[in-house]
Amino acid sequence: MLFALIIAIAALVIIGASFVVLRRDRNEGLVIDRDADTPEIVDIGDVALDAATDAHVETAPAPKPTFRDRLATARSSLSGFLGGVFSGGINADTWESLEEALIRADIGVGASTEIMEAVKAKAEADGITESENLVALVKSELVERLSGFDRTLSSDVAAAGGEPGPAVWLFVGVNGVGKTTTIGKLASRETADGKSLVLAAGDTFRAAAAEQLTMWAERSNVHIVRGAEGADPSSVVFDAVESANARNADLVLADTAGRLQTKTNLMEELSKVRRVAEKGAGTVTETLLVIDATTGQNGMSQAKQFADAVDVTGVVLTKLDGSAKGGIVVAIHSELGVPVKLVGLGEGINDLVEFDETEFVDALFE
Amino acid sequence: MFDTLTDRFDGIFSRIRGRGKLSEADVDETMREIRLALLEADVNLDVVKSIVGRIRERAVGEELSGALNPAQQIIKIVLEELTASLGGEAMKISYASKPPTVVLMAGLQGAGKTTNTGKLAAWFKKQGRNPLLVGADLQRPAAVEQLRTLGEQVGVPVFSEPTDPVDVAGKAIAEATRTGRDVVIVDTAGRLAIDAELMEQVRQISNAVNPDYTFLVIDAMTGQDAVTTARSFNETLELDGVILTKLDGDARGGAALSVKEVVGKPIAFASTGEKLDEFETFYPERLASRILGMGDVESLIEKAEEVFEKEEAEEAAARLMEGTFTLEDFLGQMQQIKKMGPLGNLMGMMPGLPKEARDVEIDDRQINRIEGVIHSMTPAERINPDVIDASRRQRIASGCGQSPADVKNLIDQFSQMRKMMKQFAGFGTKKMNPKQRQKAKGKKGKKGGRHKQGGGRVTEKGPAKVPKMPLSLPGLDDGEGFPGLS
Repeated sequence: MLFALIIAIAALVIIGASFVVLRRDRNEGLVIDRDADTPEIVDIGDVALDAATDAHVETAPAPKPTFRDRLATARSSLSGFLGGVFSGGINADTWESLEEALIRADIGVGASTEIMEAVKAKAEADGITESENLVALVKSELVERLSGFDRTLSSDVAAAGGEPGPAVWLFVGVNGVGKTTTIGKLASRETADGKSLVLAAGDTFRAAAAEQLTMWAERSNVHIVRGAEGADPSSVVFDAVESANARNADLVLADTAGRLQTKTNLMEELSKVRRVAEKGAGTVTETLLVIDATTGQNGMSQAKQFADAVDVTGVVLTKLDGSAKGGIVVAIHSELGVPVKLVGLGEGINDLVEFDETEFVDALFE
Repeated sequence: MFDTLTDRFDGIFSRIRGRGKLSEADVDETMREIRLALLEADVNLDVVKSIVGRIRERAVGEELSGALNPAQQIIKIVLEELTASLGGEAMKISYASKPPTVVLMAGLQGAGKTTNTGKLAAWFKKQGRNPLLVGADLQRPAAVEQLRTLGEQVGVPVFSEPTDPVDVAGKAIAEATRTGRDVVIVDTAGRLAIDAELMEQVRQISNAVNPDYTFLVIDAMTGQDAVTTARSFNETLELDGVILTKLDGDARGGAALSVKEVVGKPIAFASTGEKLDEFETFYPERLASRILGMGDVESLIEKAEEVFEKEEAEEAAARLMEGTFTLEDFLGQMQQIKKMGPLGNLMGMMPGLPKEARDVEIDDRQINRIEGVIHSMTPAERINPDVIDASRRQRIASGCGQSPADVKNLIDQFSQMRKMMKQFAGFGTKKMNPKQRQKAKGKKGKKGGRHKQGGGRVTEKGPAKVPKMPLSLPGLDDGEGFPGLS
C-alpha cells in the first residue's frame, strides 16, 4: 500500500512533467484564477431591507401546485415508455422492456438489475402471470425503496445540537443545477410561512450570481448579505449569520458557487464554508445538495463527493418538469440514505414542492 | 468507478485464450459488457443498441490477429467505432461573406449557455474577429448582468435591452453592422425541450437573426434524456453543432455520443474548465476512451498542468530518472499532486493500470503521514537518508508521532522506488521486446513501467517528441499507443 503510493506519486511526477513542459505555453491571456488570493469583502449591500414581515401580503396568491398537477401538465405531451408491451402474458420481452424503462429513467444499470431481480422473485412467489400486474409490482418495489425517509426540512437548532441562534440551510451542487433559483423560491415559501430570513450570496465566483439572488430577494422582500465578486464565500456566509442573529431572524439560506465534485480544492472550500457557518451564532440544520433531473449516472458521484465534503442532509431535485425522470435519486436513496426533500417543477416562484415517492414513481413510468 | 472494459473483458477472454476465432457465444457475452459500459457512461439506450449492433457485426468471425489478444482486438474495434460515431467531419467555422457571422446559442437551463457564449467570444477574438455579445436571455434574473461581466473579462461589447428577446436579437444585428462587429453571438434563455411556447420563441429569435451557426449547449453529465433534448432542438432550430460543457468533472460524457447519433451534427467545442480559455475544439478519440472508462491521460495531463510548476516538475522528473531524486523533491512533488485531487481518482485516470493496482484503496491520509515523516527530518537527512541511524530514526519517529519502523519502512521503500525509476530510465530509449518488458514489470512492480518512455525522453531528447511515443500500456500492449495521444 505504502509502496504503491510512493510509486504512484513518482509516476505522476513523470507524467506531469513531460506534459506540462509540452503545453504550458498556451495562451495565458484570459485567465481568471479561481484559486488566486481572493480580495476581502468590499461591501455588504443591504438590498431589500427589513420589511420582511410585510412579505405575507405579497406571497399569498395562487394555491401551491402539487407534484402531480405539475407533472401532469408538463408531461401530457410525452408518450409513455411502456406503450403496448404490457398486455397479455409475461415473456422475455416483458422483462426486457421493464428493465429498459428503468434504464431510460436514469436509474442506472446496477440498480435496475437489482430491482428487476427483486421483482422477479416476488412475481414468482405471488404467481403473477399478467404483465399489467408486473408494472404494479415494479412500482411498489420502487416506492418501497424510497419509503421511510424523513423528508422534512429542519430549522430546529436545538435538535441539531446548536446554541440558540439562526438556523442555516446550505445549498451545494455542481454548476448550473439551479441552486440560486431554488433559494429564491424557498425564500418566498419560508417567508410566507412566517419565518424571517436572511439570504447569503455565497456564490462569489460566477459572474452576476449575487445579482441574480438579489433579484429573488427583492421579489420576496427579504434581507440579503453579499460580498464582492471573488470574495471569500465563508466570510459572506459568516456575515449573513451575524446579520441574521442581530435581526433575530430564524433562518439563513446560504448560496454557494457551483463546483464540480472532482475539484478537491473547491470541495475543501465548501467544507470550510460549512464550518464557518457555525462559527458564530448559526447552526447548520440542513445541507441540501441540488441535483438536476437531467443528470445521469454522474449524479451518484456528485452525491458521494458532496456528502463526504459537507455531510449532505437532503437532495433538491430540480427541473423535473422536463422530460428527464431523475431516476438517479433512487440509487442515491438506497446507497447513501440521503432522501430527496424538495422537487423543482418550473421557474415560477411556487414551483418548488415536497417530494412524494408514489407520484415520483408513477411519473417514471408515464 | 474504475471498472473498465478491459477488466471486464479479462474474465471473458481468459477462458477463450488460444482459440483463433470468437464464437457467437463469446461475442454475446462481450457485447453485454460493452452495452453495460456504454449505459453506465449515460449513452442513450437506443444509441447503445445501434452501436453495439455495429460492433457485433465487425466482431463476429473476426480473424484474431497474432499480434493482439482477443480483448485488445475487441477494444480496438469498440474504440474505432465510438471514435467514428463521435467524429465524422470536424466542424470548420467559416465566416459569412457579408458580415456579421451570426451564432445562436440554445439549450436547457444550466447547461452553461451564458458562460460558453463568453468563451466562444474569447475564441473568436483569438481568431482575430470582433465579436458582439447579445443578451437575449431576459428570463433568468441577472443573466444579462452575467453576460456583461463576461464581456468585460473578454473585452467584447454586450448588447441587450430589457424589452423582448426577439426584438433584442433583431436590433443586435443592426447594432453589429453599425459598430463594425463581424461576429454576433446570441445568448438565449434556457428552455425545456417540451415547453412549446418557449421553443416557439427561440424559433422566432432564430428567424430574426438568421444565424450562420446554431449551437446546442449540452452538459456532459446529462443522462438518457439528452436525446429528447437534442431531437426537439434540432427539429425547431436545425442545429449546426454541439458544445459539450463541464467535461472537467468525472462524467463519462456518453450524452455526447447520443446527441451525435441522433442529430448527426458534429460536436464543435468542448468546455473543459471554469476559466474562459478552457474551451477547445473537440477530440473524438479522447472522449471515446473516456466513455469506455479507459483512463484519460489528457485529463490527467490537464490537471498536472494546472498545478505543476514547469521548471520544477521538469527538474524533478529528470532527477527521478537520474536517481538523484531526494526526499525533499518528493515532498515538494507530493504537495503538488495533492492539489490535483484524490489520488484514487488520479490512479483511475492512468490508462492501462492493472486491476490490482487500481483496486488498492488509496487513503489520502497516508500522504499526510508520509509528509509528517519527511517534515520531521532535517534538510540533510532529506537529501541523504543514509545518514539516518537508530537514534535519528527515534527522533524522527517521535517528531511525527509514528513508530521508528514506519520511518524505516518509508525510507526503504523510497530508495527502492528511486532505484526502480532509474532502471526504467535506462530502458527509456530502446524499445523492449515483450518478454523483457514482462520481466521488468514482474520484477519492478506495476506502475513505473509504462511511463518510462515518456519520462525518459524528457531528459534525453527534450519533450517535443513525447506525444509520439507509445506509452506502452498493458491494455494495448502491442505498441498501438494510447488513442488519445494519436
